[in-house]
Amino acid sequence: MESVKEVIKRYGNSKDNLIQIMLELQQLSGKNYLPDAWVKEAAEELGMPLSKVYGVITFYAMFSTEPRGKYVIEVCKSGPCHVSGSENIVHILEKELGIKPGETTADGLFTLELSSCFGACDIAPAVKIGENVHGNLTADSLKDLIISYREGLTYGNN
Amino acid sequence: METTKILSARFGKIRPDSVEEYVAAGGYEGLKKAIGMQHLDVIEEIKKANLFGRGGAAYPTGIKWEQAYAIKKGPKYMVCNADEGEPGTFKDKHIMAEDPFQLIEGMTIGAYLMGATEGFIYIRGEYMGIQRIVRSAIENAKKAGYLGKNILGAGFDFDLKVVSGAGAYVCGENTALVESIEGKPGRPRQKPPYIKNCGLYQMPTILNNVETYSCIPWIVKDGGEAFSALGTDFSGGTKLMCLSGNVAKRGVYEIPFGTTLRELIYTIGGGIPNGKKLKFVHLGGSSGACFPESLLDTKICYNDLKKNGLSLGSGAVLVVDDSSCPVDYLKAVMEFFEEESCGKCTPCREGNQRMVEILEKLTEGKGTMEDIKKLKSLAQTMKTTSFCGLGQSAPVPVITLIKYFEAEFIAHTEGKCPAGKCKMNGKGVK
Amino acid sequence: MDMINLKIDGLDVSVPKDTTILQAAKQLNIDIPTLCYLKGINEVGSCRVCVVEVEGWRGLHPACVTKVSEGLVVKTATKTVREARQNILELIMANHNRECLSCARNTNCELQKLCNDAGIGDTTFEKKADRGSIDCSGSVVRDPSKCVLCGRCVSVCSNTQNVGVISYAHRGAHTSVTTPYEVELAGLECINCGQCIKVCPVGALQEKDATERVWSALENPDLHVVVQTAPAVRVALGEEFGMPVGTNVEGKMVTALKRLGFVKVFDTNFSADLTIMEEGTELINRINNGGKLPMITSCSPGWIKFCEHNYHEFLENLSTCKSPQQMFGAVAKSYYPQKAGVDPKKVFVVSVMPCTAKKYEADREEMKVDGLRDIDAVITTRELAKMIKQARIEFEKLPDSCYDSILGASTGAGVIFGNTGGVMEAALRTVADILTGKDLKEIEYTAVRGMEGIREATVNISGMDLKVAIVNGTGNAAKLLDKIKAGEANYHFIEVMACPGGCINGGGQPIIMDKSKTEEVKQKRIEGIYAIDKSRAKRKSHENPEIKALYDEYLGKPGEHKSHKLLHTHYTAR
Repeated sequence: MESVKEVIKRYGNSKDNLIQIMLELQQLSGKNYLPDAWVKEAAEELGMPLSKVYGVITFYAMFSTEPRGKYVIEVCKSGPCHVSGSENIVHILEKELGIKPGETTADGLFTLELSSCFGACDIAPAVKIGENVHGNLTADSLKDLIISYREGLTYGNN
Repeated sequence: METTKILSARFGKIRPDSVEEYVAAGGYEGLKKAIGMQHLDVIEEIKKANLFGRGGAAYPTGIKWEQAYAIKKGPKYMVCNADEGEPGTFKDKHIMAEDPFQLIEGMTIGAYLMGATEGFIYIRGEYMGIQRIVRSAIENAKKAGYLGKNILGAGFDFDLKVVSGAGAYVCGENTALVESIEGKPGRPRQKPPYIKNCGLYQMPTILNNVETYSCIPWIVKDGGEAFSALGTDFSGGTKLMCLSGNVAKRGVYEIPFGTTLRELIYTIGGGIPNGKKLKFVHLGGSSGACFPESLLDTKICYNDLKKNGLSLGSGAVLVVDDSSCPVDYLKAVMEFFEEESCGKCTPCREGNQRMVEILEKLTEGKGTMEDIKKLKSLAQTMKTTSFCGLGQSAPVPVITLIKYFEAEFIAHTEGKCPAGKCKMNGKGVK
Repeated sequence: MDMINLKIDGLDVSVPKDTTILQAAKQLNIDIPTLCYLKGINEVGSCRVCVVEVEGWRGLHPACVTKVSEGLVVKTATKTVREARQNILELIMANHNRECLSCARNTNCELQKLCNDAGIGDTTFEKKADRGSIDCSGSVVRDPSKCVLCGRCVSVCSNTQNVGVISYAHRGAHTSVTTPYEVELAGLECINCGQCIKVCPVGALQEKDATERVWSALENPDLHVVVQTAPAVRVALGEEFGMPVGTNVEGKMVTALKRLGFVKVFDTNFSADLTIMEEGTELINRINNGGKLPMITSCSPGWIKFCEHNYHEFLENLSTCKSPQQMFGAVAKSYYPQKAGVDPKKVFVVSVMPCTAKKYEADREEMKVDGLRDIDAVITTRELAKMIKQARIEFEKLPDSCYDSILGASTGAGVIFGNTGGVMEAALRTVADILTGKDLKEIEYTAVRGMEGIREATVNISGMDLKVAIVNGTGNAAKLLDKIKAGEANYHFIEVMACPGGCINGGGQPIIMDKSKTEEVKQKRIEGIYAIDKSRAKRKSHENPEIKALYDEYLGKPGEHKSHKLLHTHYTAR
């Protein structure tokens, strides 16, 4: 696996690249998060106070400082999805996964999160799992979707 | 309804990252033409086009470019706002996923005019797949000599880079976006100085939305007047509209300015499904106005909308049917702003959370008339005192929903939700 | 100069270009309220308390960052402005822990005053944002429940001091000012300078209170409790009792301390003189014997910690002298008990300091001799005022008293330690006499005085050009050290004080409520100190009779064995 130093080397050690570097590191972590030690190392490499780096990674919604599941399921709760029944989607997922938003399943497979609009309004209600967006969800199709991820029939390139 | 397509003409017809297919479909004619023209003549065409910024602020692009051109300081940077975070908006996604070269060409024309050698396309982090398409398109454009050194042998250099956002609606605000490209939290900067003078790396910066840039090649190729003629006297060209919510045919539609909202929703969008009736339309994204049926004959045109107190915003048209409760809906909208406020200024950071607090009370039947009054007062304060456009426009849905549905708000203070949506589990507890 | 004409609340005013509406209004005695604004430090326009109406402009505009332009018509108190201001203040207040009665900043709180002036009642909002839990780990206590997110502390910590241990984190309703990962300050590179406390408009930042510890020592019959007061305390303490800024209240302070029950009231000025004896000798030795130069002063514990964290390559440049506070403690637990016939173990030494970092310094592991801590408790100027108030002493009416012997005599050189440039000047006075072998009469080194962040001077002493620099504020120290590292500057001797302006503006000094008066207050405290110096018969440390006695009777010579054991220390790369 690429180290923090290698990622920074690829981007260049300019502070400008902090967000891009952090996005990469989060992907590398395997648990969709930014390990403290990596963040500290990156802060040193970039010559930035840790407080500033922490300020950045807690500002942007995509970053997590806590380990998350292999699949982060984001449910859009913005207007278009709201009027298309996103609340039901949350309830179904809570029941299916046995977790509340912000939590991770015991097997480390799923984290459930509520998110802002990710531009899938034409197929609302929608969820985003990793990079993949799944829309026009019904109770049944959502349950099938979860099963397919559980069984490793993952969509796309995870 | 057959109309001229500018932006979506090639959608689905070419491989998005194939420069050859783009060129074969008429691409890069605009750039080639621009190179043969006087700089100011190109800008004149854009001015004639009556093109207004498509990101939401609707600033005349020709004037913006003319001002930027006049600034002598350098280097200048070309920046594209592809942060598309406004709920209900997914048009830029389609442009970038299906025909990103028109954006790249538009930026390249701008770079040629401004003498900029570096450009950035700031794409929201949620659009990872699209970032890959755009990166690939940029690479291919470089290989084909449309980007990089000595473009088309015309002796100018321009490099483009995709920068990823990381999940922050506020980065759609120009100065916040610039901060984010610089690797910082997306908290807006004090204006002035404006980014045209002092933007990215404190240098003059030309910043436009994806759709705006994408109009440029056509305008240069076919002329500003031809573009302008497609629309109304006040709004030139076509617009990508995003239909979502309780409407039969959701999606992105390219329409000429002058189309009415009713035509868009009922003729193009197929109307409200499931035998429901329209309750209201939320226009221009979450920060836009909500209005009922009575305004549907308004033409989609910056001027006509403005006359009716509306704004086109990003072109999002969220249709909400009568099964929805405006109070419940507003609560969802304001929760979005509570989360997405950058937290820098008091009215936006604190105001949104207090509005959510009041709306929670109302949806639980615990609200009072005093709360509605407070909601209105806070909305006014946020609108007039917030630091940036986010906080200034976040109260727009509050103001408009109360304006058109005040009776329903009042019903909630009496423990009733006319739409039957709110649980009212705190009914009577005041 | 280009003058801009505008109208504010119907009054005409003409101001230079680039003036803000806020400054222009001030000229007309219109006091537009502000909260986040701190001139030169935090000009961000984020709290929106200062919004005003400008004719023809949409919305309201922050007066603190909006520049004037020709013909502007500004209104600062219209209905729209008042309503907006009230809403904004209510919003701030609603998320503020309103335990005003038990807050150290009660009656001295900018938010309280703003709300009061604007006539804000209580709020109906019930929820409280979670901005983190209280952190009492270090000399500086952070209570996020009181934080109003103005950002002044963040700016002063990052920009003025170059420390940057706190920053904004999270966003929206969850925004907070916090440390990385919300860890405790004590484990970070915080230098305990307390400048954040001084700029905090509310009680979200405080020193760790030691008054109870001092009270219980005073009430313990087994202890022999003595106190020392730092140079800068005497020109600031009066402010806490409504006396004019810069008033020298030395005599009243001594009386008050005696009334509080201290057996002996001693003076840190005494040990400042002692410091000069040691440090001056050290400087001469370094110059004569090819020691590490530049030598850098070590009196300021905030600066020391800053250097230990950030400039390891300069640790050997630091004078090995303990600070006057610690030297005092060491002497108060060795020489003094011997002379006074008390058991050193029973001596309890309290320091009254203008400084929060002194609390940290006193607790440093190495600050002890033969198992006895040099210092047992440190209170700030503010905490002393609190104790005097708790004892219901009418301070303003107190008669004057003198410091006790044998650690109470001092010279003018000792007192100027409170000002930026003072340690340098005091050292020069003694070094010059030693090197020339004369009793020089020209003792005011005005070239090293002033308020600028970085000052340089070349002083000729008996044919040798001594190159010196004086910096105040650790941000300025960083700039200077970077220049030295880059080979762009070099000196024999550098004075560093962690706080801008020196100890007179230390983190433990009275809070200046009207922040627009900060520079004026600093200047008056500085003048107060120089006035004391001028009034002294003896103005050179080596002329201090009690210092002479200390060396003659106990220490021997500066820098020699006993001095070394008691009065010198070492540093740690952190």
